[in-house]
Amino acid sequence: MYRSHVLVCGGTGCTSSGSAKIIETLQAEIDKNGLHDEVQVVKTGCFGLCALGPIMIVYPEGSFYSMVKEEDIPEIVSEHLLKGRIVSRLLYQETVTDDGIKALNDTSFYKKQLRIALRNCGVINPENIDEYIGTDGYAALGKVLTEMTPEQVIQEILDSGLRGRGGGGFPTGMKWKLARNIVPDADQKYVCCNADEGDPGAFMDRSVLEGDPHVVLEAMAIAGYAIGANQGYIYVRAEYPIAIQRLEIAINQAREYGLLGKNIFNSGFDFDIDLRLGAGAFVCGEETALMTSIEGNRGEPRPRPPFPAEKGLYGKPTILNNVETYANIPRIILNGAKWFSEMGTEKSKGTKVFALGGKINNTGLVEVPMGTTLREVVEEIGGGIPNGKKFKAAQTGGPSGGCIPAEHFDVPIDYDNLIAIGSMMGSGGLIVMDEDNCMVDIAKFFLEFTVDESCGKCTPCRVGTKRLYEMLDKITKGQGTLEDIDKMEELCYYIKANSLCGLGQTAPNPVLSTLKFFRDEYIAHVVDKKCPAGVCKDLLQFTIEKDKCIGCGMCAKQCPANAITRTDYIAPGKKLAAFEIDPAKCVKCGACIEKCKPGAIYKK
Amino acid sequence: MDMINVKINGVEVSAPKGTTILQAARMANIDIPTLCYLKDINEIGACRICVVEADEGRGKRLVASCVYPITEGMQVYTNTPNVLESRKKTLQLILSTHDKKCTSCVRSENCELKKMANDMGLTDEFKYEGENIQYEIDDSAAHMIRDNNKCILCRRCVAVCNANQGVGVIGANERGFKTHISSAFELGLGTTSCISCGQCIAVCPVGAITEKDSTDDVLKAIADEKKFVIVQTAPAVRAALGEEFGYEMGTNVEGKMAAALRRIGFDKVFDTNFAADLTIMEEATELVERVTNGGKLPMITSCSPGWIKYCEHYFPDMTENLSSCKSPMQMFGATAKTYYAEKMGIDPKDMVVVAVMPCTAKKFEIGRDDQNAAGVPDVDISITTRELARLIKRCGIKFDKLADEQFDQPLGIGTGAAVIFGATGGVMEAALRTAVKMITGSEAGDINFTEVRGVAGIKEASYKVGDLDVKVAVASGTANAAELLKKVQNGEADYTFIEIMGCPGGCVNGGGQPQVPASVRNFEDIRAIRAKALYDQDAASEIRLSHENPAIKSLYEEFFEKPGSHKAHEILHTSYVKRGLY
Amino acid sequence: MKSLDELKAIRDRMKGQVDIREEGSDATRVVVGMATCGIAAGARPVLTAFSNAVQERDLQNVAVVQTGCIGLCMYEPIVEVYKADGEKTTYVKVKPEMVEEIIDQHIIKGNVVTKYTIETAKLG
Repeated sequence: MYRSHVLVCGGTGCTSSGSAKIIETLQAEIDKNGLHDEVQVVKTGCFGLCALGPIMIVYPEGSFYSMVKEEDIPEIVSEHLLKGRIVSRLLYQETVTDDGIKALNDTSFYKKQLRIALRNCGVINPENIDEYIGTDGYAALGKVLTEMTPEQVIQEILDSGLRGRGGGGFPTGMKWKLARNIVPDADQKYVCCNADEGDPGAFMDRSVLEGDPHVVLEAMAIAGYAIGANQGYIYVRAEYPIAIQRLEIAINQAREYGLLGKNIFNSGFDFDIDLRLGAGAFVCGEETALMTSIEGNRGEPRPRPPFPAEKGLYGKPTILNNVETYANIPRIILNGAKWFSEMGTEKSKGTKVFALGGKINNTGLVEVPMGTTLREVVEEIGGGIPNGKKFKAAQTGGPSGGCIPAEHFDVPIDYDNLIAIGSMMGSGGLIVMDEDNCMVDIAKFFLEFTVDESCGKCTPCRVGTKRLYEMLDKITKGQGTLEDIDKMEELCYYIKANSLCGLGQTAPNPVLSTLKFFRDEYIAHVVDKKCPAGVCKDLLQFTIEKDKCIGCGMCAKQCPANAITRTDYIAPGKKLAAFEIDPAKCVKCGACIEKCKPGAIYKK
Repeated sequence: MDMINVKINGVEVSAPKGTTILQAARMANIDIPTLCYLKDINEIGACRICVVEADEGRGKRLVASCVYPITEGMQVYTNTPNVLESRKKTLQLILSTHDKKCTSCVRSENCELKKMANDMGLTDEFKYEGENIQYEIDDSAAHMIRDNNKCILCRRCVAVCNANQGVGVIGANERGFKTHISSAFELGLGTTSCISCGQCIAVCPVGAITEKDSTDDVLKAIADEKKFVIVQTAPAVRAALGEEFGYEMGTNVEGKMAAALRRIGFDKVFDTNFAADLTIMEEATELVERVTNGGKLPMITSCSPGWIKYCEHYFPDMTENLSSCKSPMQMFGATAKTYYAEKMGIDPKDMVVVAVMPCTAKKFEIGRDDQNAAGVPDVDISITTRELARLIKRCGIKFDKLADEQFDQPLGIGTGAAVIFGATGGVMEAALRTAVKMITGSEAGDINFTEVRGVAGIKEASYKVGDLDVKVAVASGTANAAELLKKVQNGEADYTFIEIMGCPGGCVNGGGQPQVPASVRNFEDIRAIRAKALYDQDAASEIRLSHENPAIKSLYEEFFEKPGSHKAHEILHTSYVKRGLY
Repeated sequence: MKSLDELKAIRDRMKGQVDIREEGSDATRVVVGMATCGIAAGARPVLTAFSNAVQERDLQNVAVVQTGCIGLCMYEPIVEVYKADGEKTTYVKVKPEMVEEIIDQHIIKGNVVTKYTIETAKLG
């Protein structure tokens, strides 16, 4: 029995900020102090506060050390682990109050969170199946195999109201039911897991796979039992090496324990899982493209119908759920549909994980009940916007979603509300924008992503998004007209209605939602030839206010384009001649502004 | 069968479950334009031209009619403003990436895209003009040119190359706006294991894939007074050439074709049918010899250069099974430049043999090694049926007004057995007719071997010839050929003789035949319609046995002595290369 | 593994281990007020004494944790003992020498050492 557990995050974020080295040093230091029988070091999955990595939690105190450096380790070991004295200067400062130290769960970042899908992330060692079992892991699989019929399992999921967490929000139980029943005499069915997380900034699936891989395996086996499949595939992008490694370990451990393989729990049910690595094409998150890719072909969507429940992988009935969806399944089985359906809103049950990013203090991964307002997420959990700037909009749903303006700040977040205001849940990326963000530029950014990631199969998406991008580009360069805005809007609706798959059908959303809520910004770009947020370079002019210029020349030294030269004008009260910027040479990089001490350089 | 009832533009239609909206609309005599769709081959719903509004009780939605199945009670609208406007935008977007050099495009007359734009009443083809990628033109292959600047990414070519031919040397590279059709690693087609069948050309709706045009070379040769220019025409050409001049598909225009060739200025107008009969003599002899002397079996026909190249690339271990006979075109050239040149006192170097073929692989074949019996290439220029039509038009010949004429003698004489070479199973049937005589010494009771006729991809039959059980198989389209050959390799089948044609349905559907728009292709079987013209000609022929061809008889008497003689082997037979993949 | 019992055996073995990482678990928690006021009043030696005593006795399911100011600075050092059933006892003006008694009487035997509790202090 260890008296203390030190949990170090081994998620991708913390690994890249050096957590592997931290673990090594920590273990060495613990050994040196003779604490190896008393203190256990556990490498866990993601805690969610990735911006603060490497992260370390010491239990039982729950002391949350953030941005841990190797040289801090001896002090933490000798003070905290040996002497029980928390090294408060190294703690996540939000846990340190005037009154002492708060539990992590009491910090604003965690207080409003409700962790179901992420419940084991940052708590257990994902490479040890026993720890998963210790938190009731595989008990749900045991329950369905020994106590429930497949129909009862499906009914439980239906009753829970769980909807797909990958974007569309299709009722999971309904998907399973169709796959069970639609082809009654199918000789083979498949259960697939979509771990091809592709929205820019979204990484909840990666975190679950890294922090709690067994939950996905268990849920897939449950799904296999429910629909009558004995083979599962996890399609995971090759850019997730840690997730892949942990999944491989987890699959092997589950096979060793007989929790995957033949005759699981002596029930006669066989189920096994294999990994399939994707090359990271965004479109492979689309279900038919994903299956085409697993089959060994170029990842392109195919027309639906037939839907995968009827003709999916290798032409067989198939269900595909995303990682986060699966992460909810065992809890629903163990705690019951009623427990789950009591959380959330009328039509969106349970919780949703969001990846907070952009202009927000606490960037990271948060899980909140459906129906939490955007304000709560941004201001309370996210800690608001840095530098006292004003909230302008939040982008949800990644390249398929839209921008939600401040006027909808208090809308409870769920599937239907987001669609009603022109965005969508997507996989849960949530990017916060402040007054310094140009909404035309934002739309252009997302569209550029879609143009690059379109598979190129259907015309509206392949050519339409490209032409749309060109129109946006024209507008950001001040070459657009009011007619272009109309033409663009018309093209948006066309692409939505005519594209082959979800990628194209949602690609114009960032443009349409910004047009809807921030049309004045578009108009400023085309009529006034101004970018109100001061982002679009072609519409900016950098000028030196001569009377403020002290003639120090720092700006000229900094200028990469040699666009700044000295004039012969000496401002009243100044000793040296002022500088000026040649707009023809200026590349608008902004380097001069940063160096100007008297603040004499403006962009407008 | 479950019948589904729908309403299309208010018209009630009842169709079996699984019918697409496109097919159901056709049943109600409503045409829906399509671009990427090829029935059974390319059902990918990619171009979105065929969108219609469908209401399945949840309101109208735009769906791709080519792949969307009808459901009970569905209401379909094919001509609403939303539908028409959507199609128009799709077309405008496609046109924004299309190199619109219509005036100089070889497809100007039968471009499916151009026709569609006209049909839709499109007035602004530049609406979505924007940045485009400039692609290099690939002319590395012997037979064709790929111009991606004209490609509209319908992927029909990719589909036929994969599905029908099992070759798959082209596919989509890159993605998004940069998507383009190309070979792996952007290799030139000439360096890949492309078999030159030209099926991609036959289905291309625009001018992105075309054969290498040799019409100027033909005119130049004819204009050269020092050259004696003779022409031969393959059996299948006469069954399709008329389509280029407004004749109904399946019209045999042999007589007008001979007349037109004479007016173009060829010194002699001959017929490849002559050489087809010669091929039968040699091939039947080879077969009998292999059977009696324990040679490599099954023996496989070698008339189709697309098939030959396929075998060399994909089944190099089976090249010994190929008959050593040159193709009829090459036998013709070899005979013309030896026997005929000698007879006429012409130096073979001054003789130009032009071949009109339903085929693009023939352009590759004329450059093969071991195809130069007289020390010069057996055939100098091989043009497609399409190129012949272009020549006729360029020379101002009013094709439909011409009176029928005959081929010249003696290389213009062919039998009914020869003319069916143009359809799948035809070579087999012609060979069987003669083989029976060779083996048993007497004519077959019924010379119609109907078991090997028809458009099925693989056909099998078994005949009792004398004491021999002759098991035969016929395949067309190299994907079918591969299926058949795998059975042979696995020992699941023990055929004596196999006929393989590179193109599905045989030469009538060759890669050099007139392009048939998808709007026709998807609803009619061009293979069967064109083949019928050939079988009709066979049935009406006085002589239907190759060994009865008087010109062939005298050829052996005067020159080759007998089929399979040493001289015949030197001139009429060839060898193969084990190419392998890449 | 072929039965639920086998699964349960692993679960039971692991549960105690993993539970320590869950706040609000069934462990007894000894919470030492370690704000400036507490430290000034001598909370640090008290915390160390508790930690050492718990370790010496190899007490499982007892967590010694620190907390901030409880708001009663005049009674510092304050130690709160939370039993698994949620019962809370507040000891005030705790000195290191009182620690052994609190551990042995209260935490191990379950008898609150009333002479050190806040109620007694207020009454006094």
